Amino acid sequence: MNSAAKNPATNGRTRGWWKSHRFLLLRRTSQLLVLALFLAGPLAGLWILRGNLAASRLLDTVPLADPFILLQSLVAGHLPSATALTGGLLIAAWYLLWGGRSFCSWVCPVNMVTDLAFWLRRRLNLKAGASLVPATRYWLAGAILMVSALTSSLAWEYVNPVTSLPRGLLFGFGSLWLLLPGLFLFDLLVASRGWCGHLCPVGAFYSFIGLFGLVRVRAAGRSRCTNCLACYGHCPEPQVIGPTLQKKDSTHAFILSPNCTNCGKCIDICPEEVFGFALRFRPSRPGSSAPNPNQEE
Amino acid sequence: MAKHLSSSPGNPTGRRRFLEDSARLLCLAGLFGLGLGAYGRRQSLAMSWDALRPPGALAEERFLAACIRCGQCVRACPYHALHLARPEEAVATGTPFFTARRIPCELCEKMPCIRSCPTGALDPMLANIYEARMGLAVLVDHETCLNFLGLRCDVCYRSCPLIDKAISLDTQHNLRSGKHTLFLPVVHSKFCTGCGKCEKSCVLERAAIRVMPLALAKGELGRHYRLGWKEKEEAGKSLIPEQLDLPDRLPETGAPLDSGWKP
Repeated sequence: MNSAAKNPATNGRTRGWWKSHRFLLLRRTSQLLVLALFLAGPLAGLWILRGNLAASRLLDTVPLADPFILLQSLVAGHLPSATALTGGLLIAAWYLLWGGRSFCSWVCPVNMVTDLAFWLRRRLNLKAGASLVPATRYWLAGAILMVSALTSSLAWEYVNPVTSLPRGLLFGFGSLWLLLPGLFLFDLLVASRGWCGHLCPVGAFYSFIGLFGLVRVRAAGRSRCTNCLACYGHCPEPQVIGPTLQKKDSTHAFILSPNCTNCGKCIDICPEEVFGFALRFRPSRPGSSAPNPNQEE
Repeated sequence: MAKHLSSSPGNPTGRRRFLEDSARLLCLAGLFGLGLGAYGRRQSLAMSWDALRPPGALAEERFLAACIRCGQCVRACPYHALHLARPEEAVATGTPFFTARRIPCELCEKMPCIRSCPTGALDPMLANIYEARMGLAVLVDHETCLNFLGLRCDVCYRSCPLIDKAISLDTQHNLRSGKHTLFLPVVHSKFCTGCGKCEKSCVLERAAIRVMPLALAKGELGRHYRLGWKEKEEAGKSLIPEQLDLPDRLPETGAPLDSGWKP
């Protein structure tokens, strides 16, 4: 087993193509499905989701809204009406369940652009780039709320790529399409994982919801870890893995950093199948809290 | 959060790095905020004269804090009048607007756009669509308006959903021909919703009547102004106790002139 794991690039054990790509495929399916549900209305007259990622109605009944935009609106001096607040609470509750930054890797369309840049960066072996501090995003999020308050407007929403891209796709891009090559080239040439991993204030906001996210990645099989570093190489937020993987004496094996996007890349890539998704708070059964490799998944 | 694991504020070099990082980030966030604020300010001033907000829209400054650019009003509009602004258009990016000359507002009685708005940026308290004030029609060009030229075009008047209330035809003697009447379209702001059907229907190459944002179209009287005839109507009698009749005099001789007027 150990000798087979020496080569992390090809999966040491024969895990099969599906097992090493399933979360990538599921995520792409989820991201495209969300866009498709929105696009089905204007293109085919099937109004499943009406609106865009800022706010929408599911089947013309359930309101949904992005809590970060509502927060900006509140700070700018407008109390959104009950419909939007309900929608915001529903979305917040949803990500409380699935982990805040699941939005980033399972829904946000920008992720597909930056993932492509990340992949190409690895393929072209591009190493150079600016070193940004991952915490930059919190400062930008703070600045956005400040600007919203000072200008009494949703200034960020003039440029926010996360809402602009789907809005462009659904309501006409105009020159908004420039955001696509802009973000792609920035991530490819200027900073690795620059946007999603360091700058995006929307992701920063969802990190806060993620503080209490229920579904988390758990390194249940960390005793098997061979330090091949494959997970670090592919993780969009590599700083989140270390604390869990290295402190092998800690009682739980959850990746608790709110920056983890629950993308499942580490689960796909790890030749030793160290990682898996798990519920953070389980009903306490005797012995269930201890990491038990045979019990995961 | 795990952002500074290697540089806990406990040890001196770690503390130094933490402070450096924080200062750098503060500068970065400050610059970002300044840029965003300046850009946002420009965006909010950019409103083109011919861009009209959907019915029930809050006043522009409040609207920009309330509208979250979800486009549900755009989808709700049965006539596809509404659009979300693109960056190159002179309207705050992402916010809904319509252009009267392209597709005017049809004043749906059920107000689907307002009912679809989740945030209240389109005011749900608007009791009926005729109370909407999207803008105000202004007959901007008296030189090309066919009715001013003495013809009976009347199209703006006929197309007005509030005919004889929002637009009426005032008659005036046609001095050019000497024997005809001019039927001059006059807009009354008390009723005009700013739907834009008059501008849309104007038969000229470029409309002589145009709907403009209220701030552009309306003057404002000084707050201390009192209109004597209205005060008189309200009070039931003139507010001035008695009128003095000063003698009218000829300019040169100063001799009193008998104007024939008697109070």
